[in-house]
Amino acid sequence: MRPFHYDKPATATDAVTNFRPGAQYFAGGTTMVDLMKLDVMKPARLIDISGLEKGRYDFIKWSGKSLRIGALTPMTKLADDDKVRARVPMLSDALWLAASPQIRNMARIGGNVLQRTRCPYFRDTSYEQCNKRKPGSGCAALDGGVTRHHAVLGTSDKCIATYPGDFAQALVALDAVVEILGEDGPRSLRFADLHVLPEARPDRETTLAPSDLIIAFSIEDADFPRSKYLKIRDRESYAYALASTASALRMDGNTIADVRLGLGGVATTPWRAREAEAALRGGPATEAQFARAADIAFAGASTTDENAFKVELGKRTMVRSLLETARMEG
Amino acid sequence: MAQDYTPVPAAKENMGQPIARYEALQKVTGAKIYADDLPVPGRPAYAWMVTSGIAKGRITSIDDSAALAVPGVQMVMTHENRPPLGDAKTFSSGGLAITELAPLAGPEVHHDGQPVALIVADTFEAAREASFKLKIAYTEDTPTATFGSPGATQKNLKEVNPSFEPIRFNDAGAALAGSAHTIDSEYYTPIQHHNAIELFSTTAYWDGPRLVLHEPSQFVWGLKNAAAEQLQTDSETVRIKSPFVGGAFGSKAAMTHRTALAAMASKQLGRPVKLVAMRDQGFTHSGHRQETRQRVRLGCDASGKLTGYDHTQWEFTARTTPYSNGGLEKTAAMYDFKAVKSDNYVVQGDRNVPTFMRSPAEVPTVYALEAAMNELAAEAGIDPVEFRKMNDTRVDPVKGVPYTSRSLNQCLDAAAERFGWSRRNPQPRSMRQGEWLIGWGCSMAMYPTQMSPSTARVTLKRNGTASIEVAAHDVGTGCYTIAAQAAGERLGIDPTRISVQMGDSRLPPGPVSGGSISTASVTSAVANACDRLNERLGLPADATADQRRAAIAAMSMPELDATGSWFPAELDQKAVDALYEGGVRIVGGSTDKRAMYAFGAEMVEVRINERTREVRVPRIVGAFAAGHIMNPRTAHSQYLGGLIWGIGSALHESTEIDHKRARYTNDNIAEYLIPVNADIGEVDIIMVPEVDDEINVLGVKGIGELANVGTPAAITDAIWHATGIRIRDLPVRIEKLL
Ligand SMILES: Cc1cc2nc3c(=O)[nH]c(=O)nc-3n(C[C@H](O)[C@H](O)[C@H](O)COP(=O)(O)OP(=O)(O)OC[C@H]3O[C@@H](n4cnc5c(N)ncnc54)[C@H](O)[C@@H]3O)c2cc1C
Ligand code: SF4
Repeated sequence: MRPFHYDKPATATDAVTNFRPGAQYFAGGTTMVDLMKLDVMKPARLIDISGLEKGRYDFIKWSGKSLRIGALTPMTKLADDDKVRARVPMLSDALWLAASPQIRNMARIGGNVLQRTRCPYFRDTSYEQCNKRKPGSGCAALDGGVTRHHAVLGTSDKCIATYPGDFAQALVALDAVVEILGEDGPRSLRFADLHVLPEARPDRETTLAPSDLIIAFSIEDADFPRSKYLKIRDRESYAYALASTASALRMDGNTIADVRLGLGGVATTPWRAREAEAALRGGPATEAQFARAADIAFAGASTTDENAFKVELGKRTMVRSLLETARMEG
Repeated sequence: MAQDYTPVPAAKENMGQPIARYEALQKVTGAKIYADDLPVPGRPAYAWMVTSGIAKGRITSIDDSAALAVPGVQMVMTHENRPPLGDAKTFSSGGLAITELAPLAGPEVHHDGQPVALIVADTFEAAREASFKLKIAYTEDTPTATFGSPGATQKNLKEVNPSFEPIRFNDAGAALAGSAHTIDSEYYTPIQHHNAIELFSTTAYWDGPRLVLHEPSQFVWGLKNAAAEQLQTDSETVRIKSPFVGGAFGSKAAMTHRTALAAMASKQLGRPVKLVAMRDQGFTHSGHRQETRQRVRLGCDASGKLTGYDHTQWEFTARTTPYSNGGLEKTAAMYDFKAVKSDNYVVQGDRNVPTFMRSPAEVPTVYALEAAMNELAAEAGIDPVEFRKMNDTRVDPVKGVPYTSRSLNQCLDAAAERFGWSRRNPQPRSMRQGEWLIGWGCSMAMYPTQMSPSTARVTLKRNGTASIEVAAHDVGTGCYTIAAQAAGERLGIDPTRISVQMGDSRLPPGPVSGGSISTASVTSAVANACDRLNERLGLPADATADQRRAAIAAMSMPELDATGSWFPAELDQKAVDALYEGGVRIVGGSTDKRAMYAFGAEMVEVRINERTREVRVPRIVGAFAAGHIMNPRTAHSQYLGGLIWGIGSALHESTEIDHKRARYTNDNIAEYLIPVNADIGEVDIIMVPEVDDEINVLGVKGIGELANVGTPAAITDAIWHATGIRIRDLPVRIEKLL
């Protein structure tokens, strides 16, 4: 690690107003410290937000169908919340199926959505080429590298790194809103607009300014008891998704009244399959319909030899997740 | 369902007591018992090893000014300024060095992760910071990564290992041509890394001419001699301390670059130096299981009797040092083959040197043989368990020597009964539960019984206690406990009253802790020392416990010691003498006198989601027979770990390599997958009693590398049974089943 300054501001306002260039926040540190050891993230100043205002940003609040979650809520706590598990199991599943108990205890959901890709060339500075780490240096993955874990949706010719997180797929599916405290005061942002596609500048991953502090996530309608997160991976636990689906259904008799689909492990950002949803809305909840929607969801896929299987696996995962969701009590 | 805990297995016929291992409490409470925990005199300096980020090329310039300017940095050692070193022989030349390449030998880069500089500082953080500031420029050449990469060169194993002989036993081609059923299949086994939890660490300090090294080692006497040879110092002045090893699996047998680097730095700075290879550096530091290709042709007659067996192995190895495991003479001994042909090639590229990894030769070669046996059984329409039983043999067919004992059939029967094998419908895709396809598969497990000379000193005290000193090693297996049990049986003393010292090169030399030789070799030497003591006490071999107690209490001196030694029947006293020079002599498997192997049978159930194709292993049964079992509790844990390892070997473990850059990409334990608890269902272990009076003093066979052999063949057969798909390249990944 390189030497750095360590700050522990008392309030969120202090954190934002005293922010200086080169500084970065950290909450649980499970992404940050890991990448600092690897010399990928090199903050000159670390701002420890884990204890801001004695847990003021560690909360889970319902009001009617609406849910608000503080950004400093530990993954474990949200995953384990009885009401969340009953009303919107997808949110809880996506956290339980992520990482390991130790990491889930440390990590906060604000940091969680900002975790970085596991692309090996991004994580190892001895590789010269990585547009995400060193803009303009090239892409080692696309230049003959190992790509089995890379994305098939939302890629560009500059970067095909997968967004690795699980929880974000549930947030994007649920139309979550991000509450931010910035230098100009509080504002909010659709979660779907938080991450940006790699396009020409894969080093830019979000629309946040460096000093923007995520305060909370809010979901106006979080009442999806018929929802789940299905994660397919190389081993049963403690592995990133090869393909995953966050799916939620609302039925009106045999007709799909509302459907939400977030796809993990296959895309460069948290991925909402909106066209697939549109194809399903108003139709029957049948395997044939689900399969047709899955074809639509992956129609734009772009693959390498090693990750081409993710298209088929992604489709099957989506169909299975929808079938299992349809069988749930609504 | 799986139990929450494993009950202590009871001692059955021909087994010792299941006593808890000596260090159990220390281990579960995190006591400081490992090499890197040992105290050093004075304030240590911390070293950071800088490794190459390219696999092939040349260092063109080094600028260490900014690195040296970091406060606390004491030195930067590179090929430009490192002190002279002597040659160190590799294992195949009778030495212990992992590679022919000397540390910081020159500007040439031969593989990814080659150490190119050592930075030493007052703190670890300063050394690490300086590493970011050290500027090394390279010119880069196109490296050869693996099979099929441009520049890969193939040699017959005989060219690099003159003692290797391809097997030509009768006419395998003709036998195959005349067979009623044949198969001809190619298999692939991947690169794997040991990834022991304990990292590769070395702490070095000098006391005048005397060098002390704290280094986890599977062979302290070997390391002492090899380090002395490389550092050009008298081996009498080098001491290795390695009281416990936090996992080795073969990766801590050879001497790596870090030993000399730490020793040279410590000498230059006049203070202790601590050096730890980081997890990712570990992937290129101390070897791996090399990837292999295997082609097997196998035939049987209409009744299912085996005819010809033709096996070719290609191992991918390093250009600098063509390490190879071979192993086809062992698969050739397994069944009643009428004709055998085997060939072995090495293919070289720009890679670090492979090394031993748990059952080095057996994992790939037995996987291929057993997968072929399953395929041929299906082809011939014979149950695969029955097929193995009908082709059992009492002699190694190629060498014509008898097995000292062989209980494969008993293992097959025991496993089949426990598993419920008779209920298997041979038809693929015939079993399912909801959307989960179910398949059952089986395999043989085997491991050659290998032995090495050993010495041991046993001291008997008038108060009825005893102590054992032997430079053997506990790599997590329970070796301390078992040595005490061996002496306890011989001296009539409760093993808990016997203290044991190991892992220090000041102790009488023991064998390298590899090849599952420790229990057989060490207990034989301990037994010999005990016999000498008994003789001096005037006790007959069949003395009662009371007679023994009386004789000890009547000793005229407060203590009496004897140094025992032992060598296997194939060797002589010279092999014992060689131990003092760090020499390794291992005999086992089929010699020209006898065939010595432990056997097992494994049966496994897999469940595969019909849609998304993830493979689960809800249960596995292993039945093993390995002569006298010293301690069923520690044996159980070896078998348990072995079966889990086998599951990982089939489904999870694989080091991914960048084909263009010849670099490992999943060099961390988040992405190098081994099974986690959730991957393991019920593991059922049966210890089949077996008596072998011939093999060594106590009749024990090594078991540490038995249970993980064959498992991948059982699992791939179960996958075939569930899905109808034959996977012949490991590990089985979801995409292969879509
Ligand atoms: C071995 C391993 C396995 C893992 N497996 C999985 C997995 O299977 N699935 C999965 O989803 N995740 C997985 N993770 C990722 C893990 O979930 C994240 O590391 C974790 O959630 C990050 O949270 P944190 O609080 O520790 O973030 P930190 O490390 O503290 O911060 C991460 C980033 O977010 C920024 N940040 C943090 N909080 C805020 C805030 N409130 N406002 C603005 N910026 C902020 C930081 O500046 C930093 O850039 C794994 C991680 C590891 C190490
Ligand atoms: S895929 Fe993206 S992160 Fe990976 S090497 Fe290419 S640019 Fe870097």
